Amino acid sequence: MTWETVIGLEIHAQLATRSKIFSASSTAFGAEPNTQASAVDLGLPGVLPVVNRDVVRMAVRFALATDASITRRSVFARKNYFYPDLPKGYQISQMAFPIVGPGRISLTLPDGEEKIIGLTRAHLEEDAGKSVHDLFDGYTGIDLNRAGTPLLEIVSEPDMRSAAEAVAYARYMHSLVRYIDICDGNMQEGSFRCDANVSIRQSGSNTLGTRTEIKNLNSFRFLERAIEFEIERQIDIVESGATVVQETRLYDADRDETRSMRSKEEANDYRYFPDPDLPPLVIDDDFIDAVRSTMPELPAARRARFVEQLALPPADAQALCADRQTADYFEAVFENHSFAPRLAANWVLGELFARMNKENIPLAASPVSSAQLGRLIERVDDGTLSGKLGKQVFDALWSGEQDVDAIIDSRGLKQISDTGAIDTMIDAVMADNPTQVAEYRAGKEKLLSFFVGAVMKASRGKANPAQLNQLLRERLKG
Amino acid sequence: MHDMTMAQQAALLASGELTSADLVEHYLARIEQHDARLNAYLAVDAEGARLAAAEADKRLQRGEAGPLTGIPIAHKDIFCTTDMATTCGSRMLENYVSPYAATVVDKLQAAGMVTLGKANMDEFAMGSSNENSYFGAVANPWQENRVPGGSSGGSAAIVAARLASAATGTDTGGSIRQPAAFCGITGIKPTYGRVSRYGMVAFASSLDQGGPLAQTAEDCALMLQAMAGHDVRDSTSSVLKVPDFSESLNENLAGLRIGIPDEYFAQGLDSDVGDCVNEALSVLESAGAILKRISLPNQNLCIPAYYIIAPAEASSNLSRFDGVRFGHRCENPQDIDDLYTRSRGEGFGPEVKRRILIGAYALSAGYYDAYYKKAQQVRQLVSDDFTSAFAEVDVIAGPTTPTTAFERGAKSDDPVAMYLNDLFTVSANLSGLPAISAPCGFADGLPVGLQLSASVNQEARLLNVVHRYQGLTDWHRRMPDAVA
Amino acid sequence: MLLTPDDIKQIAHLARLGIEEAALDHLAADLSTMLDLVEQLQAVDTEGVEPMAHPANASLLMRDDIVTESDQRDVLQAPAPALQDGYFLVPRVIE
Ligand SMILES: [Mg+2]
Ligand SMILES: [Zn+2]
Repeated sequence: MTWETVIGLEIHAQLATRSKIFSASSTAFGAEPNTQASAVDLGLPGVLPVVNRDVVRMAVRFALATDASITRRSVFARKNYFYPDLPKGYQISQMAFPIVGPGRISLTLPDGEEKIIGLTRAHLEEDAGKSVHDLFDGYTGIDLNRAGTPLLEIVSEPDMRSAAEAVAYARYMHSLVRYIDICDGNMQEGSFRCDANVSIRQSGSNTLGTRTEIKNLNSFRFLERAIEFEIERQIDIVESGATVVQETRLYDADRDETRSMRSKEEANDYRYFPDPDLPPLVIDDDFIDAVRSTMPELPAARRARFVEQLALPPADAQALCADRQTADYFEAVFENHSFAPRLAANWVLGELFARMNKENIPLAASPVSSAQLGRLIERVDDGTLSGKLGKQVFDALWSGEQDVDAIIDSRGLKQISDTGAIDTMIDAVMADNPTQVAEYRAGKEKLLSFFVGAVMKASRGKANPAQLNQLLRERLKG
Repeated sequence: MHDMTMAQQAALLASGELTSADLVEHYLARIEQHDARLNAYLAVDAEGARLAAAEADKRLQRGEAGPLTGIPIAHKDIFCTTDMATTCGSRMLENYVSPYAATVVDKLQAAGMVTLGKANMDEFAMGSSNENSYFGAVANPWQENRVPGGSSGGSAAIVAARLASAATGTDTGGSIRQPAAFCGITGIKPTYGRVSRYGMVAFASSLDQGGPLAQTAEDCALMLQAMAGHDVRDSTSSVLKVPDFSESLNENLAGLRIGIPDEYFAQGLDSDVGDCVNEALSVLESAGAILKRISLPNQNLCIPAYYIIAPAEASSNLSRFDGVRFGHRCENPQDIDDLYTRSRGEGFGPEVKRRILIGAYALSAGYYDAYYKKAQQVRQLVSDDFTSAFAEVDVIAGPTTPTTAFERGAKSDDPVAMYLNDLFTVSANLSGLPAISAPCGFADGLPVGLQLSASVNQEARLLNVVHRYQGLTDWHRRMPDAVA
Repeated sequence: MLLTPDDIKQIAHLARLGIEEAALDHLAADLSTMLDLVEQLQAVDTEGVEPMAHPANASLLMRDDIVTESDQRDVLQAPAPALQDGYFLVPRVIE
C-alpha cells in the first residue's frame, strides 16, 4: 500500500513594529523580564486595547503580496483559556472574520516545477508571554515582555505533499515576509515559527486522514525532520491496524522525534466571541491604496524582469531575488553605469558572494558598497583594468580602501594598452629567448603562452591581454 | 451647606463665600456621623481630601478655577485610583491599589474636584441591591432596612444622604439609574462611548458606561461635562465633540414629543410607581410637551438578551483575576490549576460566580449560536425598535424601575426576581442610548424614578427636559429625615 | 432542570472557578432558572438579523506605532502576590 502525505502549515510571523499590537510598549528583544510590560500588557483591571495602525498596514501588505482578499470589516475576537503567560485569560485574535482572506502563492519546487499553494487566511493576534521553568526551584517565572507582540498567523491549505515541499513553502514565506518588510525573520528569537498539520491517506484517496499538529518548529531543519518523523510514525500506526489520534505534538530535536503534549491534551473550549473592547476593523480603499503605493516589486515580478529586460540567466535572477537587499544592491551596482547588468550579476554572485560566504558576513555588513563595485566594474569594462587586476582592486575595497580610481593610481594598476610600450617589452623578451623564438617559428605554436606569460610578467600584469596576444602573434611570425 | 446643590456650592466657592476646605470638613463630619449606619463608603481619604481642598482653594483664589473646582465627590469603587484601594466590592481586590488612575478620575481631578472616598457597590457591578458587596450591604437613607439599589448603590446613598456633593457611577444594565431612582436623586447613563472606560474595571464591555449621580440635572450636566470626551486609551470612546450640556438646560419644552411605550406600563409595574410617573408626564405636558403612545415590541426580550450578553462578556473580562499578577491568591497552591481554581473560588462571591458560569456556558462549544449569537440578534431587534421610535418622538419616558426600593434580603435568594429590577433600564445599554433617571414622587415614603431616554448623543436633550421638570417640581430637593 | 451538578462542575472547570461540592446542587438550580429566563429567546424569529456585537457604529480607531511606555516594573508589580528577580511566580508548570 502506498501512502500520500498531506501537510498544511500555520506560520506565526512577528510583525516588525516598534510598539505592541494593543499597547505602546516596546517590542525590542532581550530586555530584562517585565520591563517592557505595561499596564495594558499585564491585563491590569480597567485597561483597554488600542490597535497599532502599522500592524494593520503590514497585514494588508501581506495580502497584496499573496494575491489574497482583504476583509473590509474584520473582527477581533477573544480566545479564552487559562495559562500563566496569558495575562488576561484570553488572547485577542481573529476568528470568523480574519483581516486576510483566501490567497495563493506560486512555489518553485527543488526540481524546478511550479506549484500553487493556497492560503486559507491570515489573521492578526497578540503573542503570549514567556514561562521560565529552570530559574526557580519549584516555581515557574513569568515574563510578559513578549505579551502583546503583534503576530500575523498565516494558515495554508493542506496543499503540500512532502516534508521537502513544506520546507520550500516555509522558506518562500520566510523570504516573502522579509521582502515586504513586515517581519525580520529571526527564527532564533522566535520571530518566525511554524506549526505543521500532518496526516496521511492512501494514495488516490480524496478524504483527509486524522491529523496531528506539531507545534513551534523554529528552524527549517527541524520542520523537515519533524514532518519526516511524523509521517513514519503515522504510517507505522496505520499499518499496524491502529488509528492516529488527533493531538498536538512537540518535536524533540535532541531525540529527533515528536511526542504528545499531554498537558495540552484536554479538549480546549476556547469560547471565541467578538472582543467587545474593539469595534470592527474597517479598511477602506484609501487605506489599501496608500499601502499599495509603498509596496516593493515582488520577487516573482522582479525575477521575470531581470530575465527579460536585463538578459540574466534565470538561475542568476533567482539567486539575486532571494532577498530584497541583494536584489536592491545588484540594481544599484549598474544604476549609473553603461556596462551590461550581466557583468554586475557576475561580480555580485561571484566575487562578492564568495567573500561574504568565506567570511560569513551578511550583505548589510559588506565593506564594498554598490557604488564602489559599480565603479570597479566600469573600470574593467572600459579597459582601464584587466579582470585580474579588477580582483586586486576588489580586495583593496574589501579591506577598507574607499576610492577605486585612487587604488588604481596609487598601485599603478592601470592596464598598458599602449602598443609602443608593449612592443618594447616583446623586443626584450624575444631577445632574451632566441631558442624559443626559433622553435616557435619552426611550428611549436604552443610556446605562445610562454611568451604571453613572460611579457605579462615584465609588465607586472598590466599589459592588456588581448592586445598582447595580437602583437605577439604578429611579431613571432618573423 | 449640604442642602445646597453642587451648582449652588460652586457659585459660593467662586464668589469666595465658601471654601473647599469648609465643604470638605463639613462632609467629613457628616460621613463620621452617618456612614456607620449606611455603609456607603468603602474608604475615606480625609488627608488626601484636605490637601486637595487646599489646592482647590488656591486655584479659586488665583482665579484659575473651573466650575467644579473644590467640589467634594465620591468615586464608585470600580474606578481605579492610585491613592486608595480599588476593590470593586470584591474580596478578590480587597487590598488592590491600582498603579494607574482611571481617565474619569484624572479628568475630574484636573477639573479640581476633591475626592472624599470610594463608594460601596455590588461586587464587580453585578447586582441591583448592593447586597452583593463583599464589604457589606448599603442602607437606603430613606428607610435604612431597604436597599439603595445597585450596583452604584453606595454612590446613590452618598448623594441622597448628602455625604458628598455628587458621585460617579457606572451603568451596565441600569446601575446608575436604578439606584438613583431608589434613592431619590438624579443620575444619567450617557451614550455608549461618551465617557472613557479606561480605568473602569470592566463588567460587560459593550454595555458599561460611566456617568454622574447628583441631586439635579443641572449638577449632572456640570459633572458629565468634565467626565466626557474622547480618550486615546479607549478604542470605543466617541470622537464626537462634547456639547455644552449646561447651555441648553433651559430650552423650552414646547412641542417636545415624548413617547410613552405601552410596554413600560404593563409588565409588573407597581401601581403607585405608575401613578407618580403619570403625574410627572402631565407636568411635562403642561410645560408644552406632546405625549404620544408608542410601542417597543421587543421590550420583553431585553432581560433575556441582557442576561446572556452581560455574563458572557463578564466571564471573559473576569478571567484576568487569576491570582498571578494582582488580586487574591489562595494559600499554598499545589499546582497552577489549584492556584487558579481556589484563588477565584475564594475571591469571587456567589452572584459573580453565577454570572461567570452562565456566561462561560453561553459561549461554550455547541451553545454559542443558541445563546450568544441569538442574544446579539435580539439585541439588534431591540435597537431597531428604538430607531423606529425615535423617528416619531424626541424622548421616551416611563418608570425607571417597576417598584420602589425593597427590603434587604427580600430577593437575595432569587436571582431572577432580582434581575427584573432592570426591566426598564437594560434596553438603553443594549442599544447604547443615553438615559436619565430623576425623582418624580414618593410611594409609601420611598422615592420613585422617572426615566427618560433619547437617541444617541442626545444627553443635552435629556438634561434639558429634566432640568425644566425640576424647575416645576421639588422632588429632587427632598432629603431623608434621618440625615437632614 | 436544564443543568445538572455535573454540568456545573464542567463549566466551573472551564472557568477555573472553585465551587464547593455542597454548593453544586443549589448552583445547578440557580443556573437552570437563569436559563429558563433566557429560553424565551429561542422562540424569536431572528432569520437574517445581523448579530449586534457592539453599540458603537463607529469603526475601530487606531494608534500610531510609537513607543511611549517606559519601564514601570516596580510600580506595576507592586500588587503582585509573588515575585522574584522581576518575574511573576506561579507553581511549577510542567510542560
Ligand atoms: Mg493556530
Ligand atoms: Zn496563533
